[in-house]
Amino acid sequence: MPEPHTIAAIATAHGPGGVGVVRMSGPAAIIIADQLFFAKNNSNLSQLRGYTMTYGTIHSLPSAGKRRLDEAICLVFRAPHSYTGEDVVEFQCHGGAQVLRQVLQAVLDAGARPAEPGEFTRRAYLNGRIDLAKAEAVMQLVTAQSGQAARAAASAMGGALSRAIEEIRQSLIPLVARIAAWVDYPEEEFDDPQQDQIAAVLAESAVRLSELLRRSAADQAVLFGLDTAIIGPPNAGKSSLMNLLAGYDRSIVTELPGTTRDTVTETVQLGNVTLRLVDTAGLRDTDHPIERIGVARSKTALANADLLFAVFDATQPPDLSLLAPCDPARTIVIFNKIDLLPSTPPPLPDWKTVSMSAREGVGLEALTAAVESLYQTANFSPDEAILANRRQAQAAQIALAALQEASFALAEGYALDAVSVCMEDAIQALYQLTGERASEHIVDEVFRNFCVGK
Amino acid sequence: MYDVIVIGAGHAGIEAALAAARLGCRTLVCAVNLDSVGNMPCNPAIGGSSKGHIVREIDALGGEMARAADACAIQCRMLNLSKGPAVHSPRAQIDRRAYSEHMKTVLEQQLRLDLKQAELVSLRREGEFWQVTARTGSKYQAPCVVIATGTFLGGKIHVGDLTYEGGPDGMHAAVLLSSALRELGVPLRRFKTGTPPRVHCGSLDLEKTQLQPGDKEAVPFSFNAQEPPRQLVRCYLTYTNQETRRVIEENLHRSPLYSGQIEGVGPRYCPSIEDKMVRFPAKERHAIFIEPCGIRTQEMYLQGLSSSLPEDVQQAFLHTIPGLEQCEVMRVAYAIEYDCVDPQALLPTLEFRDLPGLFGAGQFNGSSGYEEAAAQGLVAGINAAHKVLRRPAFTLRRSESYIGTLIDDLVTKGCNEPYRMMTARSEYRLLLRHDTADRRLLPYGHALGLISTNRYAKFEEKQKRIEAEKARCQTTMIPLSKQLNELLQQRGTSPVAGSVALIELLRRPQLSYADLAPFDPLRPAFPQEWMATVEADLKYDGYLKRQEAQVREMNRLEEVPLPRAFDYHALRGLRAEAREKLDRLRPQTLGQAARVSGVNPADVTVLLLALKKQEMTGDVSRETI
Repeated sequence: MPEPHTIAAIATAHGPGGVGVVRMSGPAAIIIADQLFFAKNNSNLSQLRGYTMTYGTIHSLPSAGKRRLDEAICLVFRAPHSYTGEDVVEFQCHGGAQVLRQVLQAVLDAGARPAEPGEFTRRAYLNGRIDLAKAEAVMQLVTAQSGQAARAAASAMGGALSRAIEEIRQSLIPLVARIAAWVDYPEEEFDDPQQDQIAAVLAESAVRLSELLRRSAADQAVLFGLDTAIIGPPNAGKSSLMNLLAGYDRSIVTELPGTTRDTVTETVQLGNVTLRLVDTAGLRDTDHPIERIGVARSKTALANADLLFAVFDATQPPDLSLLAPCDPARTIVIFNKIDLLPSTPPPLPDWKTVSMSAREGVGLEALTAAVESLYQTANFSPDEAILANRRQAQAAQIALAALQEASFALAEGYALDAVSVCMEDAIQALYQLTGERASEHIVDEVFRNFCVGK
Repeated sequence: MYDVIVIGAGHAGIEAALAAARLGCRTLVCAVNLDSVGNMPCNPAIGGSSKGHIVREIDALGGEMARAADACAIQCRMLNLSKGPAVHSPRAQIDRRAYSEHMKTVLEQQLRLDLKQAELVSLRREGEFWQVTARTGSKYQAPCVVIATGTFLGGKIHVGDLTYEGGPDGMHAAVLLSSALRELGVPLRRFKTGTPPRVHCGSLDLEKTQLQPGDKEAVPFSFNAQEPPRQLVRCYLTYTNQETRRVIEENLHRSPLYSGQIEGVGPRYCPSIEDKMVRFPAKERHAIFIEPCGIRTQEMYLQGLSSSLPEDVQQAFLHTIPGLEQCEVMRVAYAIEYDCVDPQALLPTLEFRDLPGLFGAGQFNGSSGYEEAAAQGLVAGINAAHKVLRRPAFTLRRSESYIGTLIDDLVTKGCNEPYRMMTARSEYRLLLRHDTADRRLLPYGHALGLISTNRYAKFEEKQKRIEAEKARCQTTMIPLSKQLNELLQQRGTSPVAGSVALIELLRRPQLSYADLAPFDPLRPAFPQEWMATVEADLKYDGYLKRQEAQVREMNRLEEVPLPRAFDYHALRGLRAEAREKLDRLRPQTLGQAARVSGVNPADVTVLLLALKKQEMTGDVSRETI
C-alpha cells in the first residue's frame, strides 16, 4: 500500500455557525499543521501527545504571505487513537465560511489534498475503527436527501443498528455454546439444555428481526426514496399527474394520445418520501416504431418500480386488465379527471384508490396519505435501529429464516444437532449484517463459560 | 538415503510413516524410545465427541489408528446418543501397552519402512535434501522430512515448584532439535498441557463410586472390522467435593501456573483441577472418571484431575474424594511445557510455506489429542510422499471431513492454545456423521492407493445396498393397522387414517427405523450401522440438503484461486488488518482467505472484485470500495 495521502476538509456544516472545524487526517497531518499553526505557549505540535489541545493562531504559508487567518484551538490525535485511525489534526476556528475556506486552502497549499465525500469514514473503516454497519450509515449521512434520512443515518452511526443486532446475537450465542459444551464434553455431565428456554429465545429473536424487517420497507422508502412508475392507458392524464407532482410542465401535455414516447424521470418529494418518477408511454398496442420502444421501456419500468401509480380516466370505463401485472401492495389506483364528473367514483375493491384531478390540482393530499399508508412511512422513527440498505435487509432475512427453521426443528422434535446448526446460521448471518465474522465466538463462549477439562 | 524421514513415532509419526511407506517411499521413522511407539501419555482412550469421527475418517483414508484401536479396545461406548445422529461419537478405552506393541509390530512389518531409536539433534538443508543427525552420530538424508515431535521438543516438566527437563511419561526431552529449527527460521513457541495422576486399583474403594459399563453392542472404529471390539473392563465415576476445593485453594500459591513459573500457553478446554476451582468457584463438584489403563495392569487413570500442584498437595486432595480416600498414587500428575510451531507457517498440505520438503504434524503443529495428531500425520505423510513421487497435493475440504476442518483451522486461523477438535467447530457437521466417513472419504483412500481394490469393492456394494434401501423406503406403503396407530399414539405423534408412505413415518423424529420393522416385512437384513445410516439420511434429508446448498455456495469461493504473488498492498479498500494478515498467510483460495481471522465479508468482496478486474484487464491495482 503506498503511503496514504493526508486529506483535509471542512468538517462542520456550511453556513454561519459558532465554531467551524477544519480536519486533517493522514501521516503528514501534524507536519502540515505545524507549518501553519503557532501556539500561544510556543509549543510545537509534533511534540504534543495524542488527545491534547492547544490555543494559537493560524497563518497562511510564507509563500502565501504568512497572513494571519484566524485564532483557533488545535486538537491533535495520534494514530491509532483517532476517528480514522491515522494522525488527525483539527483546527477549531471562529467560523464563517470565508475564514474556513481560507484555512482549508492553507492546509491544501501545505500538502494535503481535499477529502472525497465520506473519505474520513472510509479510512476509519479500513483501519478497523468502525464496523461496516456504521460506515454505511456515515455514507448515507453524506448523501442523505432529507432531514429525516440524515437523522436516521446519524442514529445508525451512533450504533443503534449494531446494538440491536448485538442484542439478538447475545441472546443466541450462550444457548448455542451451551449446546456445544453439552455435546462436546459429555464427561462433564451438563444438564440437558432446556428446550422451552431455547424455543422462547428463538421466538423472541425472530420477533425482533421481523420487526426490523417490517420497518425496513418504510426505512428504505424514507432513506432512499421510491422508484415510482406512472402507468395507465393513453391520455388518462399520466403526464398531468407528473407535472402536478413536479410542480412545473415537465412532460409535453397534448390532447393527442401517444404524445409521451419516452420514459421521463423526475425526483419529487411527497410527504416525507422522495419519489423518483418515471412517466411512461401509454400502455397500448401500437405500430409506431418509436412509440413501440417507449412501450417496451414502460414495461421494464413497471417491473423495476417500488411503487406504481395506475392512472385511469374517470370519465371512461376503466380497462382493469392493465392492473393484471401489478402488485396491490405497491400500487395506487388513481381515478383522474374527476373535475369532469358530477360525483367521486367509488374506490376499486382490493386496491388502494385515490380520486383526483391532476389538472386542477385536486387530490394531492389523498395521494400523499395513500403512499404513507402503503409504506407506513408515517410511523418512521429516525432514532430506532433501521436496516438501511438491501445488503443489511437481506442478511436479516437470512437470519430470520434460519431462526424459523430452528424453531421448526425444535417443535417437530428433532435432536438439538439440527437446531444448533440452524441457530449458528442465524448468528452467522447477523455477523454478516454488521460486517463481522462469527467463526470463533461460540467456541470462545464454551471455554469462557463452561467448566470443561481432562 | 531415504525418501521420507519422520521425526517421532507417536500417533502423528506412525500415520505419516505408514502412509509414506505404503505409497512407495523409502521411509525412516525415529523415536526417542522404541518401547513407547504410539504411546498414550494421557488418557488411555481413543475417540469421543468429534474425535471418534476423526478416527473413522482416518480409517476411510487407509490409516492405521482405527484398526489398532479396535484391536486393543477394552471398553466401548457410543457417546451423545440422545443428542442427534450428527454428534453420535464412538469412544473406546484402550489397553495402552497392547496398543503400543500393536503399532510397533505394524511399523516393523511395513515394507520400505525402517524404525530406529534415535534422538535427532540437528536438521539442515544439504543441497536438494534435508539431513538429520542422531545424537549418536548417524546421519540420514531425504528430500522430505515430517516433524512429529509431540511434547518431546524442549520438554519441561512441572510438579509444583519442581521443574526439570523431560519428555512425557518419564522419557527424556529432545532439547537440541529446537535450536536447529530456530536456525531454519521455524517460528517456535511454548505450549503447555497436563495429565492427571494414576492410582493403584487395589487401593480404591470402588463401592463408593458409580459403575460405568460399556455398551451392549460395541461399534468398531474401522469400517473393515471383522468382529466387534471386546468389552473387558468397567469404568467408575466419583466427584470432588467442598473439602477437595478447600485443600486446593489453600495450596494455590504452590502451583507453577499461579506463581508464574510456567510461560507456556495452556488449553482453556482442559484446565487442571486447580484452574477449574479458580475459574468456576460456584461449581460444587466436578466429575472424576476412573479408567483402567489396560487389562494386565492395576493402574487407573483419573480423568478430570489434571494438575501441576506439588506431590503432597495431590495426595491430600485425592484423599478427599469418595473412593480415593486410601488411594496409592503410582504416577504423579504433571504439567509439561514444549516447543511447537505456529501452524500459520504451514500450507494446507502441512508443508512449511517457506521450507520446501519440511512438514509438521500433530502436537508440534499446536494441536492436542491423539486423534488430531494421527489425522495430521496421515495428511503430512501422504503429501510428503506425493512430493517425492511428483503427484498432486492432497487436501480435504471442511465440508467433507473433520480432518479438513482441523487442518484448515490450524493453518488458516492459527491457534493461541493447544487446539482440540469439537463438533461445534464444523459448520457442516450434519454432513459429517461418523457413520458416513467411508462414503465421504473412502473413494479418496482408494484413489490414493491406500485402500485395496477388494476393500473398495465391498464399500461400493455397501453404498449400493444402502441407496437401494433408501429408495425402497421412498416408495413403500405401510397399510393401516390398529397396531400401527397404537405405536404412533404411544410415541406422541399423530395417527394415520389410511395406508401411509414409509418415508412419511420415518421422517417423524418420534419414530425410529427399528420401530417400524414389524410393519415393514420386506426390509432387508442390515447390520445395525447400515440401518443407522439409512435412518439418519432419510430423517435429516431436509437439513442435509440445506447444508449441501451452503457447501455449494461456499465452494464457489473455494474454487477461486488466489495468485501466490497477489499484491495485497496495492489493493485499495482492504482494511489494514486484513491486508497485513493476507500478505503474511498467502491463502490459496478465496474461501481460505474468507476464514482468516481479521478478514471480514467486505474484505472478501474487495478481493473478489479485484480478481474479476484482474481477469478482465490483467491489473489488480487501484481497486476501491
